[in-house]
Amino acid sequence: MATTRTQAAGVEPRTDTRPADEPPRPRRKRLSPRSKAGRVLLWSLLTLFSAAFLYPLVWLIAASLKPRGEVFDNSLIPRTFSPQNYIQVWEQLPLVSWVTNSFLIAVLAATLVTISSAMVAFGFAYFRFPGRNFLFGLVLATMMLPGAVTMVPQYLIWKNLGVLGTWIPLFGMNLFGSAFYIFLQRQFFLGLPRELFEAARIDGASYFGLFRRIALPLSIPSLVVIFIFEFQASWNNLQSALIYLNAGSVEGFTAPLGIAYAMTKYSPTNGGQGDYQFVMVATLLITLPMLILFAFGQRHFIEGVATEGRKG
Amino acid sequence: MAGYLFISPWIVGFLVFMLGAMVYSLVISFSRYNLATNVAKPAGTTNYALLFDDPKVAASLANTLFYAVMAVPLEICVALGLALLLNQVGRGAGFFRTVYYLPKMTPSVATAAVFLLLLNGNTGAINQALRFFGITGPQWLIDPAWVKPSIVLMTLWGVSGTMVIFLAALKSVPKDLYEVAALDGAGPVRKFFSITVPMISGAIFFNVIVLTIAALQVFDQAYLLFWRDQTSTSPEASLFYGIYLFQQAFREFNFGFASAMAWVLFVLILLISLLQVRIGNKFVYYEGEKR
Repeated sequence: MATTRTQAAGVEPRTDTRPADEPPRPRRKRLSPRSKAGRVLLWSLLTLFSAAFLYPLVWLIAASLKPRGEVFDNSLIPRTFSPQNYIQVWEQLPLVSWVTNSFLIAVLAATLVTISSAMVAFGFAYFRFPGRNFLFGLVLATMMLPGAVTMVPQYLIWKNLGVLGTWIPLFGMNLFGSAFYIFLQRQFFLGLPRELFEAARIDGASYFGLFRRIALPLSIPSLVVIFIFEFQASWNNLQSALIYLNAGSVEGFTAPLGIAYAMTKYSPTNGGQGDYQFVMVATLLITLPMLILFAFGQRHFIEGVATEGRKG
Repeated sequence: MAGYLFISPWIVGFLVFMLGAMVYSLVISFSRYNLATNVAKPAGTTNYALLFDDPKVAASLANTLFYAVMAVPLEICVALGLALLLNQVGRGAGFFRTVYYLPKMTPSVATAAVFLLLLNGNTGAINQALRFFGITGPQWLIDPAWVKPSIVLMTLWGVSGTMVIFLAALKSVPKDLYEVAALDGAGPVRKFFSITVPMISGAIFFNVIVLTIAALQVFDQAYLLFWRDQTSTSPEASLFYGIYLFQQAFREFNFGFASAMAWVLFVLILLISLLQVRIGNKFVYYEGEKR
């Protein structure tokens, strides 16, 4: 606790080794390259890589605005502008149902996992009980459990529960919390002052009351992180949709499954007309929500991922 | 005990959907399972025997390992390289980090839909660019030798998750170490190998393990590019373990066989991770207490 405050004294220059905690952002001292040539090289490389990372996305935007014959021409400015793609696509593909399905599943999945993970995390953070550390170790260990291994038995469990053909297999697992989110949320709860809870206990609050009235309202920021992480994971999830929805009607697909279907539908090898511009429009339309989500939650995404690395 | 009550959702989930699922899968792998009747008749080691006799299992395993050996080191090097670059800039780093992170937000289907056209051997932008430099690009998605590099390329486009973890690790390296080393006359290369690498070895280790587990389960991109409509142009080279497992389970409904495959994969991943941990323990430096 006290170690993080050392820099507040701040009179002495930092000759001592700093505490192992992450250094606060503003006082980053740069080891900037001294030479001008070095700077130029650095910035050119960064720009070059930016171009490489952006190119496929810019290409996608351009392709979505091209008529059929020009989709493959790689020009980043369409020679013939074809904005009508954006109107025709709605007749070509049941995009509204795909996006609605994906959105509802993602909201359900994210809401459930946020609440359940927070509850489990509160159990691990606030209470002391026999086997707690062992169980928490087990939680962390399950993060390494490969999904490919539990894919088949989980399908059979859902089948035995009689819920195949419903959306339940696509978000049902989220009722039970998810290891990484439990880890994240526990860290957050551990940072809340314990006195708050003690005071509420004296005032006669139940344990569930502590969780609902104190712990949850104080952790909105980290709950938002979990929510957007899971929203993204669910929105992008192709494999579960393939397993649980592929046999159903095309209208019942999620967005990723729908795009996969459209890729085949228009593929000339499958008797399609090569109307790839529709695939491109649809692809762009399902990517856009993720880019918007990122625009709002950028810091959360990047810090969340960085945290994942730090637990190792 | 209230504590147990709060963690009970996780305990139920663990017992049913992880431990229970694993045991169930083990039982099925030793049975002849009929999906229609939902009956698993004991079948001894038949499925495992079939698995060892099936050349496609061996081929898919070889493909997967080959892919992992190619993808993981490249991902580590590219991610670390980018993180080092970003760590050199003060202001502006945020902008580039955002740009580099965008592919990570792109759904895998979107990546596949775009790269399917970018990697086209005749009209694709990548070969067009190579032609500009006088190089005749390969038939990425058709030539069996280039199928795996294609997927590696797509994976590298989304390497920023790994990069962000490295960047966080680089920021926590105490700057005074570099200052001392500079006083001792160490050059940039020496500083990188004697300070940076040991100080971020924990992050390297973590990334290697996580990326290896992911690579051994590679599915989305291979499925979308080659197995979407069962018309793969090079079926041998693009058949990964995850794809074959998926086909056996959800196209052929050979649940016993698929479960046996899953258990082989589980044991394999476990062994590889343990090996990595053993090697890692020799090299990984944990600063002070373990975080």
